[in-house]
Amino acid sequence: MTEWLSVASHVLVVAGIFFFLAGSLGLVRFTDVYGRLHALTKADNLGLGLLCTGLALQASGLAEAAKIMLVWVLVLVASGIGATLVASTAAACGIRPWLKRASAEREAAKRPAE
Amino acid sequence: MTPIYLSAAILLLANAGVGAWRIWHGPTSADRMVAAELITTTTVAVLLVLSALVEQPVLIDVALLFALLAAVAMANFVTRTWTLLREDSQARDEAGHD
Amino acid sequence: MTALTVGFDLLLSAALLWLAWQALFLPLRFAAVVHFMAFNLLMALVWVRLEAPDVALAEAAIGAGVTGALLLTALGRLPGGGSRRAHPRRWHRYWRYLAIFSAFVSAVWLAWSVQHLPRPGLTTEIMAALDTTGVSHAVTAVLLNIRAIDTLLEVAVMLGAVMLVWSLGPALRPFAPATALPGLPALSRLLHPLFLLVPTYLLWRGAHAPGGAFPAGAVLGAGGILLLLADGVSWMQQPRYNLLLRLLLIAGLALFVVVGLGGLLLTGTFLAIPQAQAKAVILAVEVATALSIALMLMALYLYGEPGR
Repeated sequence: MTEWLSVASHVLVVAGIFFFLAGSLGLVRFTDVYGRLHALTKADNLGLGLLCTGLALQASGLAEAAKIMLVWVLVLVASGIGATLVASTAAACGIRPWLKRASAEREAAKRPAE
Repeated sequence: MTPIYLSAAILLLANAGVGAWRIWHGPTSADRMVAAELITTTTVAVLLVLSALVEQPVLIDVALLFALLAAVAMANFVTRTWTLLREDSQARDEAGHD
Repeated sequence: MTALTVGFDLLLSAALLWLAWQALFLPLRFAAVVHFMAFNLLMALVWVRLEAPDVALAEAAIGAGVTGALLLTALGRLPGGGSRRAHPRRWHRYWRYLAIFSAFVSAVWLAWSVQHLPRPGLTTEIMAALDTTGVSHAVTAVLLNIRAIDTLLEVAVMLGAVMLVWSLGPALRPFAPATALPGLPALSRLLHPLFLLVPTYLLWRGAHAPGGAFPAGAVLGAGGILLLLADGVSWMQQPRYNLLLRLLLIAGLALFVVVGLGGLLLTGTFLAIPQAQAKAVILAVEVATALSIALMLMALYLYGEPGR
């Protein structure tokens, strides 16, 4: 039983790290602040959730496991609401979302000038 | 079993490094703030992993504080510092690339 | 295993150096402030690696919540915002070399003095005296009984900082946010039970494990700042509550001084606590200190004297 728990915990931690890395890839590669916000709030919170579940399986008691899960819930609340706050403020301040069509048009407009 | 946790902590720290690059690179204030949020999340994760690694339950409390206080900086940014965000977008419009 | 630990430590210190460098020398003010906030986050990890969980807790409470909030708000009020260079370039260069030189000298000096520290430190003396202090956690025993004068003076320094900030002018009138933010009141409503629960937990833990008045007060103060942002505590700004606010601000320090004078009367030494009452007295002082630290942080956050 304990061995199974330990194996499950390791699998969950590794999966969590994978999602963290995916979120960071998004932070580097995505083209505007809205995309990056999306990458972080989705992938990182899922990663943290998996990691917390994995560590809670190894916790020494129920109270400790509950505290680990509470950390995850708090991060979910903070980053979920924080993301909407930042996105709506950015939209109100006139930061335009990146659109594939708009960028293609800009390319087309540039080409004759070259 | 410990090498898995330890490599997990190192990978998470590398993640925080990616966040540091984004804070440095920008381009807008919102990007920097989002990257700081990433660093908070990874620090929380590293603390939880370390608490399992060295068996110090007090580190979970430290992680709990970070998770609780992450919202405060974000709320400050959108209510008190958003004027900087407007300046960013004007500056970028003047520079002619966005 | 050891290689991995060393790798973790090296990565951590490299990241810390990078963040510190950028926070000091980046010409963009906003970027520098965010670098400093990230620096605070990683600094807590360093304290964890140095096996100082008490300091890590305080660093988390103060660095992640209050410092970031104060810096970001101050930045929003600076003329020219964040997009201007902080100083002229030439000055920059010159100070940079001076800073590198003095940092190098102080690093060498620190390394030298670490080598010459008295080896076991004061641990055995404190452990021997722990039974007489009324608490079972060494750090709390030192902070509130053995060296209570330091804590008293720290609270006095914070009160002095509040007085200094208030003397600069009237309280700032906040901007209206850029757009309607329904998430903000929701955030403070969801988190508020925890902002009360966590400091209570930290205070209760302080007697036997890392915790205590300073982290508790800082977390409570951060919760108060969130309330201030969501316009939840308008009484702080109103002139008719001004006297009450001032009395509450000095309450913690006043109780501390009363305890000190009581010790002087009972035992002949300032701040000496009789062993029988130590536990109750320390708890009372901790609660009062935490409450007034929280209120002082909120008062700092007003950036000026309210109701003027």
